[in-house]
Formats: sequence, structure tokens, C-alpha cells
Amino acid sequence: MKRLKKILFLLAAVPVIACASEGGPPLDKAPVNLSDHASLQRGARIFVNYCLNCHSAASMRYSRMQDLGLTEDQIKENLMFAAEKPGETMTVAMDKKEAKGWFGSAPPDLSVIARARGSDWLYTYLRSFYRDDSRPTGWNNVVFDKVAMPHVLWSLQGEMVPVMKKEGEHEVIERLELAKPGSVTLAEYDAMVGDLVNYLTWMGEPAQLERKQLGLIVLAFLAFFFVVVYYLKKEFWKDVH
Amino acid sequence: MSQEADGQKVDTRKRKFLIAATSAVGGVAVAGVAVPLVMSMLPSARAKAAGAPVEVDISKIEPGMLLTAEWRGKPVWVVNRTKEMLDLMAKHNDKLVDPNSEQPQQPEYCKNATRSIKPEFLVVVGICTHLGCSPTYRKEVGAEDLGADWPGGFLCPCHGSRFDLAARVFKNVPAPTNLVIPPHQYLSAGKIQIGVDAKGA
Amino acid sequence: MSALQKMMGWVDDRFPLTATYKAHLSEYYAPKNFNFWYFFGSLALLVLVMQIVTGIFLTMNYKPDSMLAFASVEYIMRDVDWGWLIRYMHSTGASMFFVVVYLHMFRGLMYGSYRKPRELIWIFGVLIYLALMAEAFLGYLLPWGQMSYWGAQVIVNLFSAVPFVGEDLSLWIRGDYVISDATLNRFFAFHVIALPLVLIALVAVHLVALHEVGSNNPDGIEIKKKKDPVTHIPLDGIPFHPYYTVKDIVGVIVFLMVFSAIVFFGPTMGGYFLESNNFIPADPLKTPPHIAPLWYFTPFYAILRAVPPMFGSQFPGVVAMGLSIVLLFFLPWLDRGKVKSIRYRGPIYKFALALFIVAFVGLGYLGLLPPSPVATILAQTFSVIYFLFFLLMPWYTSIDKTKPEPERVTG
Repeated sequence: MKRLKKILFLLAAVPVIACASEGGPPLDKAPVNLSDHASLQRGARIFVNYCLNCHSAASMRYSRMQDLGLTEDQIKENLMFAAEKPGETMTVAMDKKEAKGWFGSAPPDLSVIARARGSDWLYTYLRSFYRDDSRPTGWNNVVFDKVAMPHVLWSLQGEMVPVMKKEGEHEVIERLELAKPGSVTLAEYDAMVGDLVNYLTWMGEPAQLERKQLGLIVLAFLAFFFVVVYYLKKEFWKDVH
Repeated sequence: MSQEADGQKVDTRKRKFLIAATSAVGGVAVAGVAVPLVMSMLPSARAKAAGAPVEVDISKIEPGMLLTAEWRGKPVWVVNRTKEMLDLMAKHNDKLVDPNSEQPQQPEYCKNATRSIKPEFLVVVGICTHLGCSPTYRKEVGAEDLGADWPGGFLCPCHGSRFDLAARVFKNVPAPTNLVIPPHQYLSAGKIQIGVDAKGA
Repeated sequence: MSALQKMMGWVDDRFPLTATYKAHLSEYYAPKNFNFWYFFGSLALLVLVMQIVTGIFLTMNYKPDSMLAFASVEYIMRDVDWGWLIRYMHSTGASMFFVVVYLHMFRGLMYGSYRKPRELIWIFGVLIYLALMAEAFLGYLLPWGQMSYWGAQVIVNLFSAVPFVGEDLSLWIRGDYVISDATLNRFFAFHVIALPLVLIALVAVHLVALHEVGSNNPDGIEIKKKKDPVTHIPLDGIPFHPYYTVKDIVGVIVFLMVFSAIVFFGPTMGGYFLESNNFIPADPLKTPPHIAPLWYFTPFYAILRAVPPMFGSQFPGVVAMGLSIVLLFFLPWLDRGKVKSIRYRGPIYKFALALFIVAFVGLGYLGLLPPSPVATILAQTFSVIYFLFFLLMPWYTSIDKTKPEPERVTG
């Protein structure tokens, strides 16, 4: 027993050390709520309007957005600009090689981007672009230094510039400041990005809500099963002394 | 081993009940695992999307000509039948296996003399009901190799099954039933959609 | 005679059905004092069956082609009905297989289950463990994500450290100059048919050997020594069926609850069962900043990294890693203790085993971290402890002050 405790203690210490070893700027918590259909629908709209021009989501079928409370006709009218049938996947016409020539790297497919990067990272990233004239696109990003993607949503957010502070030898970015306002306020922009990240999180695994609901049923069933087999075992083991 | 010791009696009924209960719940568990596995073998979302209804423009089909469309990977023919073809078609009912389309090889709204919604346009799945070959369109009346009484229709190259221009099967050929008429509807005068039942039908 | 009995008679005349049932279930006498640690053998068998069944259904939709593999996994996750469940069961099953097997092996260490006359059971078991590691490694390439790709790249490159033939060997394993479509295809073939066959065969001989000599127990004494003079049934034995079947079902249900909790509520286990970098398609031109093998390999990976290159070669590290597993085979002969079970061992063995577990878990943890000077020193210390546990075993087990074993099994 003592040894077990020792092991458990060691295991408990693992996450603490693991956290300490991770670097990078702190991330903001993304407002993810997969049961909020209105937010997911707004996010889907931003996604097809702003992201789907360059980025594909080749594993994602338009028709799947019926899970977000939309009808097939609504999807066709409001969200399908690059496809003919709702059963098609979210592909883009842009040639991968050409795109590489323009941006330096081909825009990645976004089907599972939320699973690769994490929702919080995406939420922070999309709100961390700033003006940097040394970059070919004129933009840089706090959480993704020398990013190839320009700030696609700049007309909404406006232009941010970094406020620097000294940290030992180096100058580091302390925070970003709004230099030229965009068409929406920063709070509204945060909400929009929140919706978009919510949608990306859903798109990373469209079955995830179903999965959790089914999980409750399965666990409840197994709990009941446990009671039955517990009494079965107890009854038979009366024989053993 | 010390079973049934200490004057304790084994409650056989209780044991039987518990075994039955465990078997029943276990059976449900096994079924619960089996269902997803079996269901995973049904057509996937991709297969369903690929098998979605197709729209076909039929306004450009000349009278007497045939257009082949593809639906769920199968050829679907649209034939623009002329007046003469339709007249000839009505004259050989005695040579057909199922002249009145009694077999459910077509939607209800095509169970008529021409096996179609509009008399002139035949929409049919071009797969022989014998063993699945695709017959050829032989519209020439009294073709040399088919006999003087050939009224025009379809001939299967594999085993010689013959069908008339309403895709009804002739007697004494291997194919047992008429060719299948797929569900379809007219979106406009010149456009049909294959794979969806006619509205209001 | 009922129709059923008649039919059984007909079968028994031609196939030893009743005899097999008796020999392995209803008249296989297992010690009555099995505790918590004895659940994991049957659970390992359950996981093996689960992996095979879910694997068959995944194979129906997976494409072993470097252009299609990544997308076909997402196709299973989205387009195939229930595909997500089957895939998560398989990916969770892989990790849970190791959880169960590690606990099963730890049981063997505690109660001396590898000792005479069970040496072959242990050796078959270590072979199962080796086959399982190969199976897991091959399977991990199949999703064709960044971690799949670079993990395979690093491991296959270990073979190139072998003197003289190394380069040719790793080239032969890959079938190309880098991990490529050819590698994916052959890994797929080994993963879905070759190694499963090996695993099933090894599990079969593991069980045959076990049922030949009979199970050990937490007291580490032989129940066959004390038999009923009339029936010749061990006094401390109970028929496996029904007593241990009903008991193991309880274990199975508890295990399935843990398993389901992971599958339905946290299939990635915070990146330990499914790594987030593996949701990025394999890119031969871009290495992820930090590559860590999956958690069940990390103890050995840490040993590999702990050994510094010598004479400009990584080979010593590779040898150390190989040796750390090979040593397991010799365990039955390294242990000179007078008793089998930890219950009657002296303080030295208890301390050595505890230290070994700390070192093994510690190595596992360090293997997850990016290399650093502190981590390397720690890993070297743990590696030394790991090896000394085995190498000094003949000495410390023979001088240890053991307690007398009981005549009959206790509680």
C-alpha cells in the first residue's frame, strides 16, 4: 500500500512539472460552447466568408451543418458559395502550389485545426495580429511569429500595434494597442472570433456532443450491469471459505 | 475445497435468477457493441452524397434518341420516344411477360402503358434484370439480326434478353422482369431529377 | 438422454469439447486467494479481442496510402456511421492494453509468478509484450500524422546505429530513403495480419503453459502440494468456472467503465493517448518542435537518451535500450530468493522493487520531456537503478531475510 501511495504521489507531481516546462505566450480561454447553435451558426458564416477562400476543410461536408440546427436549404442559400450540392466537402479552388508561391507555404486544411492547435491557441492567435512592416504581408503575430498568413480580419478588428517593454537584454511585446479602429469594436471582434473558434472546435470533431451524450448512457448501463454481476459474484463466492 | 460447507444451503433459484439477469444484461451489452459495428458497414456520408439525386437536362434529346445519365454509379437512360414508337409499342402485349407492369419494377406513378410520367420520355435504369449487364439500344424496327417483328427496344449483349421501348421484357428470354424505372420527377419541362419521387405522387 | 446430451456425445467422440471445457474451466483449479492484481490477465485478453474486432472494422475504411491515409482516418471519424466510436475504441484500446499489461507484469514481479515452474509462462509473456510493442509502433504510423511520421523516422533510424549493416538495415525496413508510402504499406501489412497472428499464437501458448503448471497466488506457494486424499483436488483450489468467471466479469465491468469514460469523455487523454500534433498531416520537410513517443514507450526512450554517444555512435544507447528488455527474459534465473511472494520477502527485495518502480515510472516521465541537463542526469540515475535491479538480483535476493511461507494460502 505504501508503495502504491508513493507511485500515486509521483503521478500527481507529473502535471505540475509538465506545466513548468511549457513555453510561449499565455493563451486566452476561448469561449467554446458547442450547444450554442446560434454562436456556431454565426461562426460557420464567418468561416465560409473569410477562411474558406484560401483554407479548405476537405473532411467537412456542408450537409453536416444540419447538426447545427440548419436545414439543407438554409445551408445552400447562406453558406454554400463554392459548392453545388450540400453533400460536397468544403474544398477550395486555389491551387496548393500557387498558394505556396504567394504565401510561402500552402494554407493548411482546417478540418481538424482545432484539434491540432487547441481552441485557446486559435482564439488568441486570431486576436494577436499586429502591424509589422518588416514582414512581406505587413503583419506579424504574437503567438505565431513570422506567420505567413496576413491579417484577413483586419477590416473588422482594425490595426493593432505592439507596446514594447524591456526584459533584460531584449525588448518584448507587453501588449497590443489599437492604432486604427476597424468596422467593429474590439469587444465585438472578440465575440466574432469566439464564434468562429467555437465553430472550428465543433468542426474538429462534429460527433463530440453525441459522443458525450452516449457516454452518459453507456456509463449508466455499466453501473447497472455492475450491480447485477456484483450480486452474482457474491452469491457464488458464499461457497468459498 | 470447502463448498456447501457449514450447513449453508445453496440457493439454486437465486443463482439461476442472477445468471439469467447477467446473461440478459450481457446480451444487451453485446448487442450494444454489435449495432455500431454492423451500422458502420452501411453507405457512408460520402457514398450517400455520391448517390444523391442528379439533375438531367432532357430538352436537347432529339426524338428517337437516347441519353445516358449516371445515378448511384448506374447508367440511367432517357429516351425521347416518337409517336410511331409509342404506337408500335402498344401492339405486342401478347409477347410480353408483364405487359401491364404488375411487378413492382417502377414507382406507382409510372405504372401505366408507357411506364413513364410523360408518354414520350422513358426514364429507366439501364441494367438488365437477368445478371446485371447493360443492354444496348436497338431502335431500328425489324433489324436484320433481331427478326422482322422486332419493334425496336433494348437487347442485352450478355445473354440475349430483349426489352421493348417501354423497357418491358419479352417472353422466352433469360431476364425475368421488366427493367427498373427509378424514382424521378420533372423540375421543369426540360429538366428532370433522378433519385427523388415525383411530388404529390 | 436429451437431444443436447446426444449431440455433445457425438461431438465429444470426434473433438475433445467437454474435455477441453473441463481442463480449462470447470475443472481447472485456481487458488482461492486471488486478489485485485489477478484481474489484469483476463482484462488483457479482453482488450486483445476488442482491438482485433475494432481493427477489422477500421480496415474496411482505412486507406494505407500516404496520399489518402490521413484523410481516410478523418473519413472514418465523420462519414462512416459510428466510425468515431470504433476508432476511439481502437486508439484507447492501444493505450489501455499497455496499462493492463504493465499491471499484469507488476503482479508477476510482486508475487514471483515467473519463478520455477513458471519460467516459460514468463518468457512467453515477455514475448507477448515485445510483440505488443511492435504492434503498437507499427499501428501508430497508420494515421499518417506528424507524430506518426517523425516517431517512425526516429525509431527506424535507431536501426541505422547498428555497426556496419545499420544503414542498409534501416533502408530495408523503410523500403525507401525516408519514411514513405512503401513504409506505410508494409507497416500496415504487419500491423493488421502478421503481428496479430503472432500475438494470438503467443497468448495461446502463454495460457497452455499456465494451465499446465497451474496459477501462482499472492502467497507464492504451490496449492498442488496439498491435495484432498480422495478427490485429488487441491485443498486451496476452486474451479475457475464458475468462481473466477463470475469474479472476472466484475473486473471486466469496472474496466469497461474506466475504458468508456476515456472513450466518451476524453479520448485524447490530454494528448497522452492521441497527440495533438498527430492531427497535422505528415510533412517530411517539417519536424515538430518536440517529438515524444507515446507514453508506453517512454521508459525505454529515456534509457536510450540517457546513454551518451560513444565513439561517435548512438549504438551504445540502442544496446542499452535493447538490453533493458532482454534482461526481463532472465528474471526467473536471476531471482535466488527462498520465497516467491513479496509477502514473505525480506526488506531488501521490497526496497529494490519499490526503487525499481520509481525508476521505471520516473524514466517514463522523463521520456516525455524534451532533453535537458537535469533530465539527463535523472534519467541516467534511473537507468542505473533499472539495470542494477536485475544485475544485482542474484546477490540481494540470496542474502535477504525472508519470512517462512505458510503451509496453506492465507486470506
